[in-house]
Amino acid sequence: MAMFKRSDTDVNGAETLVNVQDFLRKKKEGKKNSFLKKLLKNKNLGDVFFERLTLLFAVLVFLLVILMVWEMYSNSLISIKKIGWHFLIGQTWDPVLRQIFGALPAIYGTLLSSFLALLIAVPLGISVAVFLSELSPGWLEKPLSFLTELLAGIPSVIYGLWGIFVLVPWLQQTVEPFLQNEFPNSPFFQGAPYGYGMLAAALILSIMVLPIIASISRDVLRSVPSTQREAAYALGATRWEVTKIVLGNAKTGLLGAVMLGLGRAIGETMAVTMVIGNRPDISASLFSPAYTMASVLANEFTEATSNLYLGALIELGLVLFIITIIINIMARLLVWGVERRWK
Amino acid sequence: MEVKQRPKNFTFYRRKTTNVVMLSVSFISAILTIMPLILVFYYTIAKGMTYLNINFFTKLPTPVDVPGGGMVNAIVGTLILIGIGGAIGIPIGIFAGTYLAEFGKNRFAYVVRFLSDVLSGVPSIVVGIVAWTLVVVPMHGFSALAGGIALAILMIPTITRTTEEMIKLVPDSYREAGLALGIPRWKTTLRIVLKTASKGIATGVLLGLARAAGETAPLLFTALGNRFWSTNIFQPIASLTVYIYEYAKSPFKSWNDQAWTAALVLIILISLLSLIFRFITRSKYKNQA
Repeated sequence: MAMFKRSDTDVNGAETLVNVQDFLRKKKEGKKNSFLKKLLKNKNLGDVFFERLTLLFAVLVFLLVILMVWEMYSNSLISIKKIGWHFLIGQTWDPVLRQIFGALPAIYGTLLSSFLALLIAVPLGISVAVFLSELSPGWLEKPLSFLTELLAGIPSVIYGLWGIFVLVPWLQQTVEPFLQNEFPNSPFFQGAPYGYGMLAAALILSIMVLPIIASISRDVLRSVPSTQREAAYALGATRWEVTKIVLGNAKTGLLGAVMLGLGRAIGETMAVTMVIGNRPDISASLFSPAYTMASVLANEFTEATSNLYLGALIELGLVLFIITIIINIMARLLVWGVERRWK
Repeated sequence: MEVKQRPKNFTFYRRKTTNVVMLSVSFISAILTIMPLILVFYYTIAKGMTYLNINFFTKLPTPVDVPGGGMVNAIVGTLILIGIGGAIGIPIGIFAGTYLAEFGKNRFAYVVRFLSDVLSGVPSIVVGIVAWTLVVVPMHGFSALAGGIALAILMIPTITRTTEEMIKLVPDSYREAGLALGIPRWKTTLRIVLKTASKGIATGVLLGLARAAGETAPLLFTALGNRFWSTNIFQPIASLTVYIYEYAKSPFKSWNDQAWTAALVLIILISLLSLIFRFITRSKYKNQA
């Protein structure tokens, strides 16, 4: 390839042609030969060896992802074949008695809890990012950023613990009765206030997703060049008006940050499992216990009684995997796109 | 063309007010974001103190309401698990990151970069399933090794990407200086570039380890848990996080309280990890200077 590139910049047409022919001939001679040539040319075995060694590890990372997809797929074949599309649309999850595997309640629970979490976390997270990147005085910005990152570092099981003993009792005794009194006819606030349920899960998730959205949005906002701000200030804009312009410029990147938060929310396991109540029902009420894909796996994987059950659980993991991969790929493309644009 | 004039004063005050209101909203949300952190820390410390005594670090768990129990097996278990995870994950991450930074100007590197970003978004419970199919099934049993491998998979993307970013920050003049002295490229990379970037890489490694220490989901069906003393990596092993999960779900008050203590110990452990790493990287720099 190197030969080819050098000849590209050559002015002399005839020489280029010769070089191209030379290149093609060498390509035909095969890889082993070119490797030897490289060895002779560099005269340093260590260099070639080192590059190959690091390449090997990079290949390992590549293979790891492929292997993961393959393992999930091959282990869930039994349920993919036996249950088919019913797996995704079936509303009954009764794996032990009737052996019915409908994952819709879990998929619904995952999507709804993540959506509600984003509803809370996105406006908050972006405001925090605005505060950190646009407004905060220097002495406040560093400790605040540090605290936000600390928030992201707390293990999810500790959030779950806090959820069980602090958030759930508070919801059950204060928030849920209050909501029921205020909105007696709303379909979202029906049923007995257990505390455990969709509302608790959504709140815990929003707390966990917030620091991610905040810190990525902050980076995105910072990557907007300051000339944009200066231009707006020069026109007499107020601080908030400047911020609006910056936000408009960073739209795609902010969307990416939200998507990354969504990816985290969808895959979050422990904290949600501990507070959502774990009941495979589809209900409009935020008070009723629900289930998510990740919590089905956490609760039932070690208790799977049959091969089909196990296959169904792994298939559930595969569905979760695919959803998060799609969301993450979209998010990365968005964030990368913005960062490249300003570079 | 006629420009419609709006009353200047009104617009001015409207803009001023919007400005102040929106900026305050942003400030208030910053405080709201920090609130849960304070609440979680407050409860963990307040409730965790009950059982925080010497027994907790030296004794094995006792049955319900038998006083004097501890979680020494879980503390050691967590350390063993992140040890295994680190032993596998750190070299892979650092070398893959080195490849991406030093030789990564081709399409394959782009794909690897992308996949490692994707890998970092994979739910940890899914990683647990993969470790289960890859290690637990062939070895016919839950083991610390399986848990460690799951944690390694979780660490790899963090370490890879941090290493890459940190190596890229090393100015080219360092590499050129090394090469100009006749040092082969690989030695330049290892002894000069990697060393210069070592502090940043250590931060990435630490981030990966800390994240791994707090993971529960991938351990549930790999390392499983163990109520007894075990340091055998081919046997199920206890971990603080799985204990927190199980004790929090249990109906017994004394176990619930111990879950808080375990949470406190876990947070202390993670902070200690960060302190130790900072100390190591700092002293290294002093020697160099």
